[in-house]
Amino acid sequence: MPLLFYHIRPEAIPKTRYLMGELAADKHVKYIISIEKKKDNFESVVMEHLRMNGAYWGLTTLDLLGKLDAMMEVLFVGGFAGNIGHDPHILYTLSAVQVLALFDKLDVLDIDKVSNYISGLQNEDGSFSGDIWGEVDTRFSYIAVCCLSILHRLDKVDVDNAVNYIVSCKNLDGGFGCTPGGESHAGQIFCCVGALAITGALHHVDKDLLGWWLCERQVKSGGLNGRPEKLPDVCYSWWVLSSLIMIDRVHWISKEKLVKYILGCQDLENGGISDRPDDAVDIFHTYFGVAGLSLLEYPGLKAIDPAYALPDDVVKRIFFAHRHCRSDLSLARRRLLLKLAVVFCN
Amino acid sequence: MESDEGERLPMSRRPEWSDVTPLPQDDGPDPVVLIDYKQDFTETMDYFRAVYRANERSPRALSLTQEAIRFNPGNYTVWHFRRQILESLDADLHEELDFVECIAKSNSKNYQIWHHRRWVAGKLGTDAAIMELEFTKKILSLDAKNYHAWSHRQWVLQALGGWEDELDFCRKLLKEDIFNNSAWNQRYFVVTRSPFLGGLIGMRDSEVSYTVEAIMANSENESPWRYLRGLYKDDIQSWVNDPKVSSVCLKVLSMKSNFVFALSMLLDLLCHGFRPSEEFREAIGGLRTSDSEPLDSDLGKAICHVLQHVDSMRANYWMWRKSKLPVAV
Ligand SMILES: [Zn+2]
Repeated sequence: MPLLFYHIRPEAIPKTRYLMGELAADKHVKYIISIEKKKDNFESVVMEHLRMNGAYWGLTTLDLLGKLDAMMEVLFVGGFAGNIGHDPHILYTLSAVQVLALFDKLDVLDIDKVSNYISGLQNEDGSFSGDIWGEVDTRFSYIAVCCLSILHRLDKVDVDNAVNYIVSCKNLDGGFGCTPGGESHAGQIFCCVGALAITGALHHVDKDLLGWWLCERQVKSGGLNGRPEKLPDVCYSWWVLSSLIMIDRVHWISKEKLVKYILGCQDLENGGISDRPDDAVDIFHTYFGVAGLSLLEYPGLKAIDPAYALPDDVVKRIFFAHRHCRSDLSLARRRLLLKLAVVFCN
Repeated sequence: MESDEGERLPMSRRPEWSDVTPLPQDDGPDPVVLIDYKQDFTETMDYFRAVYRANERSPRALSLTQEAIRFNPGNYTVWHFRRQILESLDADLHEELDFVECIAKSNSKNYQIWHHRRWVAGKLGTDAAIMELEFTKKILSLDAKNYHAWSHRQWVLQALGGWEDELDFCRKLLKEDIFNNSAWNQRYFVVTRSPFLGGLIGMRDSEVSYTVEAIMANSENESPWRYLRGLYKDDIQSWVNDPKVSSVCLKVLSMKSNFVFALSMLLDLLCHGFRPSEEFREAIGGLRTSDSEPLDSDLGKAICHVLQHVDSMRANYWMWRKSKLPVAV
């Protein structure tokens, strides 16, 4: 069943004291490791199908903090990789493909089978279903386009039609929703802008209008919300920032205030980052907090690709390790996107 | 429906399951990352795996999926198998809606539940429209911005009907919370898509009046400003020339507080050829942060200047707007 087994090397000894306004990097490493070590609480049970995502969040965060190689020893990759392509839901496919990409193990996949499975989920109007039961959502457009482009198989689907569907979800405020007429939501915007970026179709985005809507998401505390009048939340640092970067409008927000907000959501004692100051930390927000800081070029963090949501070096490896991709893909298409687990707080 | 009351009898001690060998999760060669599941949950899932593997579409398998869903409503495979069983057994789907409602009460942001609900409602057809609108209304009364509920509601309207009272529903929700962007979005959805209203052009006058009233009550409310602009979609000229639009900007400016969106819209109007009267110039002059500063003769520049100061978090955006102004408005 599992795709990946890893072993945690014991040597990390966290620095003991951090100051306010400083990234408690070692504490976060310790927090992530402690979660990986004791997945025995009921919350982990509820997250069963997200387990691979949870691993990804933790592992990517470690990588951004420059600790993945030092802390993790990959013991085994494979297992159910052979089943990918018969998934009950496309979310599983993305998770599997992304974890494999992170560890440079895409070669264990039967790429034709996986890409046939994904292309079979495209509907006549260009949208994608999440499973055979037909749940349609622009999240799945993103996931499909993203997976296929990682596998260098975008030609398996009707890309123009996929783009048309996404454009039909554009709203009067320049944002995008889950289906045509659905309310603009920063998470859905990331999916739509991301899918358009992968397919070289960003010219369909009204960048100035959307950019203004996105920068209006910054509230007085410096944090970002995902919709008007919602509370700020660290994970929206990711959805909003990455979208702003993809449309070249990130300088419209106050980066300093956002950095301060994210740092204020850290648990300086035990590590981890929460959605809002003084809330309980979790791995999801730890990942998005660190990824957001990386987008904000916080010192000491590996660069993350706003489109890929993966460390730059992983992205480069996916592109340039494959000789054929240079000639097959347009420059825009080479800006792959990769994002595990498109799950939003709302 | 089964009740959650009382002690759970382990499945291994239930006679109706004695012929099934539970199928433990195969976690591969190394247990390092194994989750130490709660025992009841583990047992349920072991039996689930067994019936799933055997593709057993029976009433007991149906009730087993119900138990598994109660433990973890986020497992796609369980829901997927449940639908297959429901289809095979030709089960009573009204009962299924009751079950979904029961689960949804405590998990109203779970994607699978909503997807399942939609599948069931779709099978029931137009008869389900009123029921589904009531159901989403109930969920929205707990959280008026629940994205899933709104999404479901839009699907119901389009697939099953029930548009007749929708504008009124939006009006009620906006009366409760005029800042509810989801309700504004739904209002736009209804005005633009309802087969019973006259579309954007037919509805424009009454909608503009409604929106202007909302703006005057709370001029810092982002939603009605965007809605107002949306009412003139693809008709920039009417938007620029409609005195109701420019006058709401002016009224808000003269109140001298919460005027960022009013200034922003006025800036957009100027950029699209609006000719401001002397009143606008005076109103903007009244917003200057210090009296010693002379008012820029270029009204667009003057507006950007004010916005840079009062909305300093987005100063770069307003500076950019200033750099993009058409010459001398
Ligand atoms: Zn969050």
